[in-house]
Amino acid sequence: MKAHLLHPSEDVDWGTPVAPDGSLEADVLQDLHLGDLCAAMASGDPLIDDVARRILLGSAADRRVVQYRQAVLSDCIAHADLARELYAIATDAVASEKQVWSFLRTSPSGSLHRSVEVLEIFVTVLRRLRATVDAHADEVRSEGLVRLFDQVRDELDDTFFDAVHDHLDRLRFRDGVLLGAALGPGNRGWRYVLRTPDTRRRGWRARVGLGPRSSLGFEVPPRDEAGQQAVGALRDRGIALVADALSRSTQHILDFFTMLRAELAFYVGCVQLREVLVERGQPICMPELAPSRTVQCSARGLYDVCLAVRTSAQVVGNTVHGDGASLIMVTGANSGGKSTFLRSLGVAQLMAECGMFVGAEAFTSSAARRVFTHFIREEDEELASGRLEEELARMSRIADAVQPGSLVLVNEAFMSTNEAEGSEIGRQVVRAFVEAGVRVVFVTHLYDLASGLAGDPHVHALFLRADPDHPGRRAFELAPGAPLSTSFGPQLFDRLGAWGAAPAHVPASGAPEGGL
Amino acid sequence: MEESSFETILFPSHGAGGAGDGDGVGHDRDPAQPGYFRDLHLDRIAATATASRPDGQLGVHFSRRLHDADHITYRQEVFADLDRPAVRRAVQRFCDAMGEVRADRDRARDRRFPQEQQRWLLDAAVRYCAAVRELSDGLGSAGATARGFRALARFLERLLASAAYLELEADAARVAAALAAVRYRVHLRGLHVTVSSDDDGVDYSAAVLATFERFAQAPTDARAEERDASTQMDHVEARIVELVARLPGQASDALQALREFCVDHRDFVDPTVERFDREVQFYLAYLELVAPLRAIGLPFCTPEVGAGISDVHACEAFDLALATKLVPEGTEVVRNGFSLAGAERIIVVSGPNQGGKTTFARMVGQLHHLAAIGCPVPGTQARLRIVDQLFTHFQHEDALAHDRGTLEDDVVRMQEILAAATSQSLVITNEPFAATTLEDARFLGRTTIERMTEIGLWCVYVTFVDELSSLNHATVSMVSTVVPENPTARTFQVVRRPADGRAFAVAIAEKYGLTYPQLRRRLSA
Repeated sequence: MKAHLLHPSEDVDWGTPVAPDGSLEADVLQDLHLGDLCAAMASGDPLIDDVARRILLGSAADRRVVQYRQAVLSDCIAHADLARELYAIATDAVASEKQVWSFLRTSPSGSLHRSVEVLEIFVTVLRRLRATVDAHADEVRSEGLVRLFDQVRDELDDTFFDAVHDHLDRLRFRDGVLLGAALGPGNRGWRYVLRTPDTRRRGWRARVGLGPRSSLGFEVPPRDEAGQQAVGALRDRGIALVADALSRSTQHILDFFTMLRAELAFYVGCVQLREVLVERGQPICMPELAPSRTVQCSARGLYDVCLAVRTSAQVVGNTVHGDGASLIMVTGANSGGKSTFLRSLGVAQLMAECGMFVGAEAFTSSAARRVFTHFIREEDEELASGRLEEELARMSRIADAVQPGSLVLVNEAFMSTNEAEGSEIGRQVVRAFVEAGVRVVFVTHLYDLASGLAGDPHVHALFLRADPDHPGRRAFELAPGAPLSTSFGPQLFDRLGAWGAAPAHVPASGAPEGGL
Repeated sequence: MEESSFETILFPSHGAGGAGDGDGVGHDRDPAQPGYFRDLHLDRIAATATASRPDGQLGVHFSRRLHDADHITYRQEVFADLDRPAVRRAVQRFCDAMGEVRADRDRARDRRFPQEQQRWLLDAAVRYCAAVRELSDGLGSAGATARGFRALARFLERLLASAAYLELEADAARVAAALAAVRYRVHLRGLHVTVSSDDDGVDYSAAVLATFERFAQAPTDARAEERDASTQMDHVEARIVELVARLPGQASDALQALREFCVDHRDFVDPTVERFDREVQFYLAYLELVAPLRAIGLPFCTPEVGAGISDVHACEAFDLALATKLVPEGTEVVRNGFSLAGAERIIVVSGPNQGGKTTFARMVGQLHHLAAIGCPVPGTQARLRIVDQLFTHFQHEDALAHDRGTLEDDVVRMQEILAAATSQSLVITNEPFAATTLEDARFLGRTTIERMTEIGLWCVYVTFVDELSSLNHATVSMVSTVVPENPTARTFQVVRRPADGRAFAVAIAEKYGLTYPQLRRRLSA
């Protein structure tokens, strides 16, 4: 019996650490500000935050799985209360198990006692789960939820609840402990099995088989303390067998609820994120994930969800017609929304790949399986040569990991050397990536790099330009346009009053851009 | 002509012995180890190899050099056979089983209740019989070719055909099978204990598990009960077994047969088998020591050895003690070689400090010692002399404690060595006469090497006095080297010529594999 709401047949890997420090995923998490997205989904629930990170950054789902999740998500959005109630049931089960005192857990009878108590709690929660499923069975449409509901109704039937009741009764051992054994190493008893303690009213002799079977016995004298301990130890051996079985059983039930809780956490997180975005008047849509062998990337009203949940202002969306373009090159003015655009694209891609809705009016993109980010690091105020090496080392790690179809988002790379050299390195990297089937979105101030690629017949590129002073266009809105030879840096420099004054206006992302 | 008897896996029959006399210098802390052991870090190698083997006799075989080429070859053959997985597996399994036999016999002696003691003795006999038979079969089917293993195989064949062995094997198997079939029930109710025979019934724990298996999120693995042999039977258990022995039928018969077995078979281990188990540990210990090194590609080879050869060399060798430390840390082990031909006798090693000079000198000494105890040596290929004596002359921290000055002590130790050494001796000396002026060091070094040349001995001479390297026809110059572009970086290569400064002109992107052609290759892989 498995929840399997995130994948039709496989378990999600809950064990491997997500985005450990120094990993490429950690860079993505940091560069795309995914923490804000997860926080909005979690709305204070640390488990949801954790699960959201895992699903966003964990191993990629294929398109079939994405559709499977989209269906479950649609059910959860349509019946938000049901999703929350199921999540509450699983959460209660896990929480109440933790409250049962694990004192004396090491002694078999202590362990048995605890397991019985936990089992009694679980029986109550399982009955509640069964009742909820019965009440809402007609509402769910998705393959994932329909199957879960069917399983609950099949497995948690009256026969099951009767059997549990029977076990709870037998486990009191009113007639002593009856063991079967063989002679093991050193002629000591081993391969103990617990024989059925029959609680039906039968003669004691018949129950322990003293009829036709011959038997021999002795009694440990009350003054023989060591002997009493030895009998106690043997008795514990018998109880340990069933205590172990029972504790594994309660662990199974706990595992089931833990899994159910984690899988539902993702959907409850999606429901909560949707509520935040709807409240702010931001559009959302179910994306279309095209096969990874195609090169598609088109969007209408694409905005950065992370920025939208962080700010109270309306966030500007962009329109992109990038189908067929393996490379999207973004140039133009500082504070023109270039980084925000880059993030919006990365966040939407990740959300789409894990079965979520995205922040756009429409969004179609080829499945990338993996997204990589290479953003300029503001904290690196070292010598230029050290910075360049650090940048190259990061790019090299990305090169180790990319596959055809991967999406690589580059923000102001190779600026820590002179323009000619930085451009040359950038050109070689971009060309090699694109020719290997990797999709690259590159934000740069390196005119030499951008114009060089514009003239490269081997690279199918879309050029976008930030042009904040363009009449008839909203601030931070990008438009197709070839790179311009002059940077907007000097203007900005003048506008901000050289090194003196604080910036009068920054994009809502709040992240300063490189190039100054 | 095959030898007719088998005594030991360490020496050809009637060939035990082979101590190296008069080795080393004055620091004989451990009489079991030659004086040079510590300087060459051979003490570390021996300690690591024998660490997990409590047999105190093992160390002797690591320290005692053989002087007869035939004895060395006898061991080299055994090592070569043990490199074949089938032979190695057969021997390893045998030794593991014999360890269990020893432990079982200890329990048969030490445990409190007769029922327990008897069963451990039976266990020991069952394991022993299986171990001997498996070893015999294993050596046969693996086709061991070493003289030592062939003699052992013939010995085992005779042993397995003996009446005493066959009776032991049959009795042990019969009694063990009878005991394994015994089943009984224990009913505990308060302090009443009742024992009866057991027929198959319901396993209640399994019934509980079955009820809840539907919630399992991952398949549960079957849990095998492995009885902890370290704890002992208590008197209630002993009483229960006594009662089981009185249950009519199978149970009483089986336990009666066990008592009789123990009367008939007390000491069943053959002394030659026992000795083989003990002595083959020498080989296994060394192979285990070098296994992690070989696993990462460090080469070992069987050296060609001889007393009279004059052209000696080793290729891609390394300091074994250092390698056993570096490999677990993931640090690269630098390999070095040397070659002496014709009249060449003395390798003078100079060059920058911390460049691997001492390690190189130590390596040469180690190679000669390891070859002389019959072991495979580091390197892809080696040809080495059997030396009559091996001396080291290293700077010791505790040399300062002598009342003679350090320099005087140096000179005295060198005098002792030069007085004892012959043309068959090897001397490894590390920065002698360093505690003096350059002028003195030149003079002492020159006269030392001249005397060495007269004696005709073999030497590795580490020094900061460059000119000693071209003193005469016997000397060969080798230098530690640095990375040409970065004089602070050592390569730990010691080469016969000075390094030729290769220009460092690799672009920074190239260093990270990010040029277009590099990336194309990486991404298409």
